[in-house]
Amino acid sequence: MVKETLGLKDIVAEKLTKREAQSGPVSANDTISIRNLSVYYGDNQAVKNVTMDIGARDITALIGPSGCGKSTFLRSMNRMNDLILGARTEGEIWLDATDVLSPATDVVELRKRVGMVFQRPNPFPKSIFDNVAYGPRVHGIRRRDQLEETVEQSLIRAALWDEVKDNLNKSAMDLSGGQQQRLCIARVLAVQPEVLLMDEPASALDPISTLRIEELMSELKKDYTIIIVTHNMQQAARVSTYTGFFLSGELIEFGLSTTIFTTPREKRTEDYVTGRFG
Amino acid sequence: MATQTTRPPETRITAGAVTRKRARKETLIRFFVTANGAVAMIAVALIMLFLLKDAIPTFRYVSVTEFLLGRNWYPLDEIFGILAIILGSLLVTAVAILIALPVSLGCAIYIAEIAPRSVREILKPTVEILAGIPSIVIGFIGLVILSPLVKELFSLDSGLTALTGAITLAFMAMPTIISISEDAIVAVPSEYRDASLALGATHWQTISGALVPAAKSGITAAVMLGVGRAIGETMAVMMVTGNALHLPPKLFDSVRTLTATIATEMGEAVQGSAHYHALFAMGLVLFAITFAVNLAADVALRRSRR
Amino acid sequence: MSAGISRRIYERFIYSLLAISALVVVAPVILIVYFLISRGGAGMTWEFFTSPPRNHMTEGGVFPAIVGTLYLMTGTLVFSVPVGILAAIYLTEYAKQGPFVRAVRLAIVNLAGVPSIVFGLFGLGLFVLALKFGASILAGSLTLALLVLPVIITASEEALLAVPESFRQASLALGATKWQTIQRVVLPNAVPGMITGIILGVSRAAGETAPILFTVAAYYLPSLPRSIFDQAMVLPYHLYVLVTQVPDAPPHIQWGTALTLLIIVLGMNLVATVIRLRFRRARKW
Ligand SMILES: Nc1ncnc2c1ncn2[C@@H]1O[C@H](COP(=O)(O)OP(=O)(O)OP(=O)(O)O)[C@@H](O)[C@H]1O
Ligand SMILES: [Mg+2]
Repeated sequence: MVKETLGLKDIVAEKLTKREAQSGPVSANDTISIRNLSVYYGDNQAVKNVTMDIGARDITALIGPSGCGKSTFLRSMNRMNDLILGARTEGEIWLDATDVLSPATDVVELRKRVGMVFQRPNPFPKSIFDNVAYGPRVHGIRRRDQLEETVEQSLIRAALWDEVKDNLNKSAMDLSGGQQQRLCIARVLAVQPEVLLMDEPASALDPISTLRIEELMSELKKDYTIIIVTHNMQQAARVSTYTGFFLSGELIEFGLSTTIFTTPREKRTEDYVTGRFG
Repeated sequence: MATQTTRPPETRITAGAVTRKRARKETLIRFFVTANGAVAMIAVALIMLFLLKDAIPTFRYVSVTEFLLGRNWYPLDEIFGILAIILGSLLVTAVAILIALPVSLGCAIYIAEIAPRSVREILKPTVEILAGIPSIVIGFIGLVILSPLVKELFSLDSGLTALTGAITLAFMAMPTIISISEDAIVAVPSEYRDASLALGATHWQTISGALVPAAKSGITAAVMLGVGRAIGETMAVMMVTGNALHLPPKLFDSVRTLTATIATEMGEAVQGSAHYHALFAMGLVLFAITFAVNLAADVALRRSRR
Repeated sequence: MSAGISRRIYERFIYSLLAISALVVVAPVILIVYFLISRGGAGMTWEFFTSPPRNHMTEGGVFPAIVGTLYLMTGTLVFSVPVGILAAIYLTEYAKQGPFVRAVRLAIVNLAGVPSIVFGLFGLGLFVLALKFGASILAGSLTLALLVLPVIITASEEALLAVPESFRQASLALGATKWQTIQRVVLPNAVPGMITGIILGVSRAAGETAPILFTVAAYYLPSLPRSIFDQAMVLPYHLYVLVTQVPDAPPHIQWGTALTLLIIVLGMNLVATVIRLRFRRARKW
């Protein structure tokens, strides 16, 4: 455990030096504002009165023990919780000027802007091409050349193009798990979202695929606001700029990852990131 | 909440024309799909309604008690008592289930617990084939193969008896009873089996003492559905029972069932006549019986799933 | 030890009984198929399938009855499949727990249990008389469509439920609407299962006699039906007529007709099973 703590600190230290080399402050404008968000499943309150601002073009990691409400929190940002019977949401989420939780909000438009990558790769049993083209097609793009362009661009961005460019008509089900997950990322990118929600996107993958996904995220954060849920502390420390620590539905601490993983304010946060958590 | 005021109330992705159009389309689809979901319900309601509509005029000619308990059925004289016919249906059905139950249960247990995989792979499709044979074909076989056999075996004057009908019906009810009981036995949680075996019970003791009792609700439902199938069966039973009226109906004698009476007499009944209405009333009785039986089966199935 | 032996003998005995009961179920199936093939096989000539009955059904074939059965199957398909699939979509994709859904489910269970002769009465009352379709292919198809509706709904529902929830989630998360998701992701993956159910339903319709007695079946027609408002000769009813009303019908015509019907019905069952198996093997989720 001690070793792991050291590992974390190393990662953070390395990042700090890198960051200093970069110019300018971390993103100043907060594109996602969450205000007093509470989510209930029947009587069970899974998210408790969470307030936070998430910066644009940054990676924000959400950590916390199992069942603390990370996924629930994430799913409220693209209203996927709407699909769960008995789920009820209170509070506010603002995406720029969009009132995410308002009943008047068009969830279709919202989900175009807020893409989601799931824990298990979930490609459709269609060809690679049709998987990536699914979103654009659903949103009304019919022209073949346009679709081809989008598919290629998305696969390139998802770092999958070189591996699949010769057999785009192959079934997505024949790809490896890691490739499938990158395909799912490409599928989301093809919709051209602004925000990417990733719920433990690498937890079902092998270490090498995990690394590739992490690299990909660092690449993507130039253009996207990324929120990632992870159980992997090293991963959070490596890829994210900000980290939020959840415990029993509450946001215990939220700040720069460098702070959270080295000198957290809260004892509970420290216990968790150092693995002393009961 | 504090920051809310800093944001413009107008939002980019609400209330656009596209959004409204899409929402309208989705609502329309939802409505259309739901309407189709309701068709089964409407159908059942319409069946009840139309049976009632054409059955009720019967009671201008006879009272309900006379109809249900009357001993004589002389439609041409407008005497409509269906007691003998109801009892005929019940007799044939009861005997059919008496035959089908042990065989089906034995077969279900065999398939679920004992048969080696290869045998099971043959047995299950065979049961499905039996379920798929049209009742008219079963009736035909019953008429030309089974009824002479029954006649010989019991040295009767005619092979067209309630027993012949019951045997025929038994085979038609078996697939239902077998497949649903088998499902119920297979669905028993493995802990039951493990617990029983761990206590030193033999395989058979486990089957009879743990599995079958645990599958009781499912088996009950299976039998109920078998009863429903048997009592509503028309063509086969009509072809092999001789259709003579006897009160009380006897096992080795010709018998007349509700279904067979409707099927044979509706062709001759003048539309709108007392006879026509009486046949609808008979259909209503049949519908009521099967409705109750199916309801009971449904309750049992629900219980078994819990 | 001797207790152990006698117990083992006892169990042997029980197992034999169980095996025998399985045999009791299987044997008649084999016998029926055997009788039909051995006695009806001889009558199965090309001419039998392609010529009408002649000389008061003591000669000729079953051509018009096959045609009528095909017409009825088509009609049944047309009326039952769209409604059945949409109803299943309602139940799996749209329905929320509540009294309405409970009523719908109960109705489906009960519709499945309604005796076929009652469907016949209902078809007579509603389609033939009240709606004035007369005894016709239209009335018969509608009646049979109601009869097979529960089969189609149940099978389609099963097929829809087998489509993983993650497909729906992925599609919705990409901003697809519910209907787009159903159309593009859910249905394509459920189709093979649905086809199986649909074929089973229609094969059931093809074998039914009681519901068509008063709604469409004709004893004998000199010519083929020309419109959906015409009556039709239909295989199961034709067999009934041959067996019960034509005492001098030669056995090979009776058995041949029965075999023809069985081939159609079981053939469709076989096709359904093959589709199901191939699909199971082919699918990767
Ligand atoms: N669909 C649901 N219906 C009811 N309760 C749910 C549902 N999903 C989650 N919950 C409950 O809400 C709480 C938070 O769950 P959530 O999945 O958000 O946690 P998590 O932090 O993502 O956990 P994990 O790290 O295991 O993914 C848990 O108590 C869980 O049992
Ligand atoms: Mg989670």
